[in-house]
Amino acid sequence: MTYFIIIISAIFVNNIVLTQFLGICPFLGVSKRISTAMGMSGAVTFVMVIATIFTYLIYTYALAPFEVTYLQTISFILVIAALVQLVEIVLKKVSPPLYQALGVFLPLITTNCTILGVAIMTVSKNYNLLEGVVFSAATAVGFGLALVIFAGIREQLELVDIPKGMRGAPVALVIAGILAMAFMGFAGLVK
Amino acid sequence: MNQWKIFINGIFKENPIFTLMLGMCPTLGVTSSAENGLGMGLATTFVLIMSNLAISLVKNVIPDKIRIPSYIVVIATFVTILEMIMQAYVPALFNSLGLFIPLIVVNCIVLGRAEAFASKNNPLSSIIDGAGMGLGFAMALTMLGSIREILGSGKLFGFSLYPEDYGILIFVLAPGAFIALGYLIAFINKLKKA
Repeated sequence: MTYFIIIISAIFVNNIVLTQFLGICPFLGVSKRISTAMGMSGAVTFVMVIATIFTYLIYTYALAPFEVTYLQTISFILVIAALVQLVEIVLKKVSPPLYQALGVFLPLITTNCTILGVAIMTVSKNYNLLEGVVFSAATAVGFGLALVIFAGIREQLELVDIPKGMRGAPVALVIAGILAMAFMGFAGLVK
Repeated sequence: MNQWKIFINGIFKENPIFTLMLGMCPTLGVTSSAENGLGMGLATTFVLIMSNLAISLVKNVIPDKIRIPSYIVVIATFVTILEMIMQAYVPALFNSLGLFIPLIVVNCIVLGRAEAFASKNNPLSSIIDGAGMGLGFAMALTMLGSIREILGSGKLFGFSLYPEDYGILIFVLAPGAFIALGYLIAFINKLKKA
């Protein structure tokens, strides 16, 4: 039951993009086409789950026992940066088709604040390893859901005649606002 | 380029939010009030100035291939220092900014200026560039925070302007952040062309 609540909460109620404002850069940057949005969310899911496992283990077995938890920011970002490189190299060798699909998005992920954000949240919410994995996977699904919906709207938007000043970023932000309003409907579903 | 030009460049011409569209996460996440916006802006300014200074001092020592990871370590160090300072002296602000303070590490502005400016210029210009960019960022955040606070809860920096019941609640909530920033950018685009 706790896992079910974590999943629903991370995907809908506390959607990482639309209510927590993390990962706005890729949300605005790679949402012009549904196919790129899918690729990006695939890459994020992959890296986010692995990163959460590694950062959790580092926090529990390397930082907490020695009471140096103030090093969490610096150690987490290094782990994530190294991990993204590693994933890129491994993927290139092991699964070229997957690398073809996700490759271009991987370097962008290091500075995607969702990864570091989720790693820190997992630790600060005192999840255990399994809960952390479920939480990070569900958050990534929430990210993908928001990204794909948004990309779908923006594809339709290309056919619309928009006032000059609103073109590009402004209209995208207003649409994101309306989408966020829709997601507010889920608030209160899970305490 | 003289120093004054570098400073002004960051605030107006290349304002990180309004023209470069960098660092959107904290921009939207913490601007539910003007005070939070200003606090976040100044915190980022501190990290920008210090990391720009440190990177321009050691730029000749760092091998080209590992420069990005080295920059990240430098930035993360200053963010950790900032975290500890804020926790000790302004705990209320520290708590309301929450997760967004460690996330300054992955703020594209900081790494962007390190790579685009500090790695090529002398320490003095780098400090000035950091200050200009940081203040431009702080200005944008304070503006957005003020707009949301006035419309949403009828206050500015905590001072009541009109009864809170008449406020449009949506502006302090998540959707209001997107919509207010959208219109603010549209307005600034309009001003620039005029």
